[in-house]
Amino acid sequence: MLTIFKKELFAYLNSLVAYITIGVFLLVLSLFLWVFPDTSLLDYGYASLDSLFSTVPYLFMFLIPAITMRTFAEEKKEGTFELLATRPLTDWQIVLGKYFASLTLVLFALLPTLVYYISVYQLGAIKGNIDSGAVIGSYIGLFLLGATFVAIGVFSSSLTKNQIIAFTIAVFLSFFAFSGFDSMSQILSLQKFDSVLINLGINEHYQSISRGLLDSRDLIYFLSVIALFLLVTKTVLGGRKW
Amino acid sequence: MGGLLIKMYSFGFKFNKQVLSISVKALSKNYGSQKAVDEISFEAKPGKILGFLGPNGAGKSTTMKMLTSFIPKTAGSAQVCGFDITEESLEVRRNIGYLPENNPLYTDMYVKEFLYFIGDVYHLRNLKSRVEEVIKLTGLEKEQHKKIGALSKGYKQRVGLAQAIIHDPKVLILDEPTSGLDPNQLIEIRALIKELGKTKTVVLSTHIMQEVEAICDEIVIINKGKIVASDTLSGLLEKHQESTLEPIFVKLTKEPN
Repeated sequence: MLTIFKKELFAYLNSLVAYITIGVFLLVLSLFLWVFPDTSLLDYGYASLDSLFSTVPYLFMFLIPAITMRTFAEEKKEGTFELLATRPLTDWQIVLGKYFASLTLVLFALLPTLVYYISVYQLGAIKGNIDSGAVIGSYIGLFLLGATFVAIGVFSSSLTKNQIIAFTIAVFLSFFAFSGFDSMSQILSLQKFDSVLINLGINEHYQSISRGLLDSRDLIYFLSVIALFLLVTKTVLGGRKW
Repeated sequence: MGGLLIKMYSFGFKFNKQVLSISVKALSKNYGSQKAVDEISFEAKPGKILGFLGPNGAGKSTTMKMLTSFIPKTAGSAQVCGFDITEESLEVRRNIGYLPENNPLYTDMYVKEFLYFIGDVYHLRNLKSRVEEVIKLTGLEKEQHKKIGALSKGYKQRVGLAQAIIHDPKVLILDEPTSGLDPNQLIEIRALIKELGKTKTVVLSTHIMQEVEAICDEIVIINKGKIVASDTLSGLLEKHQESTLEPIFVKLTKEPN
């Protein structure tokens, strides 16, 4: 697994894809947080990173599929998957190697945003007047959200040879998993099940962790969704139907 | 006494297993109702090069993909170095070197980087010296610092061969290893395969009959998923009273009008 992980990570770092997607992500995020007045941290008036944590999930919805779309689609299109699959490697090693390589890249995208925390920390009317507990919780939430989106993205990539289709499917699934269930629960005839539906969505659990309260139920939720998508990915690859 | 007999029997069984590197029994692959490979059986021994011939679409590549555990079989059984292709697929893959059709490679990687990666998958010790050895063996010295995407077709083919032999496998499966090479490259690659064939079991598919005559010891011809001939080269020529393979191939695989 480590071999695949290394190979995938170097493939990202040797190509422009990683730098451009992460660069654009940070650029857009900075615009949202410091320039655009509606979401600006400066105009908000409180020393808080709330707009960071409400904006990033929507940026991740596009950033992560862009990173993961090539994982399997490219290998299938180029035929190189045959090179990998005929080695003494289990399908799990291949899937997990690729998964963790993409996840590492997401982590690289997330790390520079710590600068915003430091800035807000320094800018507070009383220096350090920020709820650090909530920020830590939110970062954990963001990481789990990213990890889930990566699993969705890797799965989408395993479905097709076409990277654009993989990207589109991943964006849709990520969006739906994040906020689709919430919106569904507002449909009149489904209101009987609204709490079930809301609990199925990522948003509910993400918000819960963001409050700074790490509940094992939320953790189990994220880990199960990740495991589910990786399991389906492995099953799709095992079929070798392309 | 009985125990001894059983021991002797099992010893003989194991011994047989080692002699036959590839043993295929009634192997089939169906795509829906279409039979891509239809109950084929053949065997290959170490130190021999087996030519696997047939028209396009006859099922050559499908058979090779099943032998390398890339695609699952529909029915029948096959063993490579005594390991079942479904049950002990990891062991099979550890003992096989495979050059797939059309030679897929990571074009963004450098030649050396790619070979290191492949060697790393097998946890090779002395990886550095082995990579250098393989580069020398396949004549890639001059191109070793280039990106794979920048290589000519002949050199890409050498990289394909290099990745197939890097872990010194007992069995080599080469799917059209010489397609698209110029005459000089052909001679070099053939010589390399022949050299490798002295110690390993080589199964190779090709459309060039002269090549088969030049390097193969045994020949299996398949047509529409079925085996139509399986013999040594001399045996086949004798049986059909011909001096070359081409008329035999045409006779056995031609579409009936």
